Amino acid sequence: MRSAALTIAMAALALAAAPAAAAERLVSSLSSHVIRITPNFVGTQLVLFGIVERDGTSPQRHGSYDIVATVKGPPETLVVRRKERIVGIWVNADSRTFVQVPSYLATLSNRPIESIVSLDLARRLQLGARRTLLPQQIGPDTADVVRDDPFRNSFLRLKEARRLYVEQKDAVTFLTPILYSATIPVPAGVPTGTYNIELKLFADGALITSGTEAFDIAKFGFEEFVAESAVEHGALYGFATVMMAMLTGWLASVMFRRD
Amino acid sequence: MEIYLPIAGMPVNIFVVFAMGLAVGFISGMFGIGGGFLMTPLLIFLGIGPAVAVATVSSHIAASSFSGVVTYWRRRALDLQLAAMLLLGGFVGTTAGVWLFTYLRTLGQLDLTISLSYVILLGSVGGLMVAEAVRAILRSRSGKPVELRRGGSHTWFHGLPLKLRFKQSRIYVSTIPVWTIGFLMGFIGAIMGIGGGFLLVPMLIYFLRVPTNVVIGTSMLLTLVTMATATILHSITNHLVDAILALILMIGGVMGAQFGARAGQRMRGERLRLLLGVLVLAVGVRFFVDLVLPPEDPYSIRMLEGPQ
Repeated sequence: MRSAALTIAMAALALAAAPAAAAERLVSSLSSHVIRITPNFVGTQLVLFGIVERDGTSPQRHGSYDIVATVKGPPETLVVRRKERIVGIWVNADSRTFVQVPSYLATLSNRPIESIVSLDLARRLQLGARRTLLPQQIGPDTADVVRDDPFRNSFLRLKEARRLYVEQKDAVTFLTPILYSATIPVPAGVPTGTYNIELKLFADGALITSGTEAFDIAKFGFEEFVAESAVEHGALYGFATVMMAMLTGWLASVMFRRD
Repeated sequence: MEIYLPIAGMPVNIFVVFAMGLAVGFISGMFGIGGGFLMTPLLIFLGIGPAVAVATVSSHIAASSFSGVVTYWRRRALDLQLAAMLLLGGFVGTTAGVWLFTYLRTLGQLDLTISLSYVILLGSVGGLMVAEAVRAILRSRSGKPVELRRGGSHTWFHGLPLKLRFKQSRIYVSTIPVWTIGFLMGFIGAIMGIGGGFLLVPMLIYFLRVPTNVVIGTSMLLTLVTMATATILHSITNHLVDAILALILMIGGVMGAQFGARAGQRMRGERLRLLLGVLVLAVGVRFFVDLVLPPEDPYSIRMLEGPQ
């Protein structure tokens, strides 16, 4: 039964892949599919590697291949606030809400995106944080705004400052004309969840094919335990923290007792 | 050595945090206060979100005040009856404070409220303490005898109803001002992340005429219970108490407090009060400057929903 299902699935896969057989295919993997946040976590990096698979029918290319990898963290909704001077003090006044935008966004390529594709195609494929759709809450609707909106720019700037939005034009390297690797930077303050990678292969300024990969970032062991209990068993967590406080205080008064 | 804080969601240097605990603990031991008014701003300065800082410091103060309560309990230098009455108000105050904290957080005005409260409260209290201490020092320099307040002097609230006799403190006052003081302490403690010892001690002495030998122990007992309540309530409503951060702070804090207490005993009373006043005033001024100067970046970002 199970093997029959597998055969059907494989046949379906072969059928789906059939029209693409004329062109190249991206085969890739990651150095690790899970990043564990442990007490000594200060950021890390992942390596993505793979080859551009060609078969006899693949057309001859004039130039070399280009790859753009877009890594997206789990979506989040956040608010950007602007301080304004009101009666002499600086107060949060105006704000914009960004709805379901990537918490992490890395655009990695082997050379500047502008020299890989036309600006028009780059915008259509949403290559780079500045060309990515960032919907804002506008009344009951959501829509992206003009590119030079100050809130949108500040959002990008703040995300970049925390190294959660990165654009690296030399993160992808071709070891041979078809063998590539990319380093994905993972800073210390990353949110946990599933990260999706979208790989796009270009030749002569045209999109040839794309591929996907994914990895997870999860709090692990003690960190996971603490973070999970704080959210799921708030009362118990608070009570345990108080107990810990009393124990620490009591130990100190016993250890340093002078009378 | 860096350690990752699970709730604050950032790595910090364990020795820096420990040293901060030690330093604040030293000051708190020296003056017999919790030190929250110093610890909360220090954590914010370190890059920890104000909400996490306020919530976490409450558990740190619970630790240092418990250490004090044990010591004063052994000497029988606390008034349980008075503490219980203050606590009645304290519970209501803490609950109201945590509620307002949560509400202001959704409005985006929590940081402003924390800053403004620091400016107003620390500025005025610090100023009064400095002025009072300077007068006391000048008076002792000029050799004039120190004015003593008459023991039986009455103020307007001695006429209030619901009077109760507190045996340990040997006072007979209305419970209304007692509840009010308790409420205020719980309220500002929950919002500002301070135990309020530096406010409570003078209030108990000046308003309720509580004798000095029981005042610190009683104040610490009240601080302990309100801060423990705040820790639990903050854990339930906002999930912002970082237990790892709290533990490092506590260990540093209780150790520093022991050395601070010894240093404090060697100093003259009015000098000590002047020093504390200057410290309180300085923190208030620091917050004031931050509010008035144009911010380095007028934009800020806060997550509404998403991954941890």
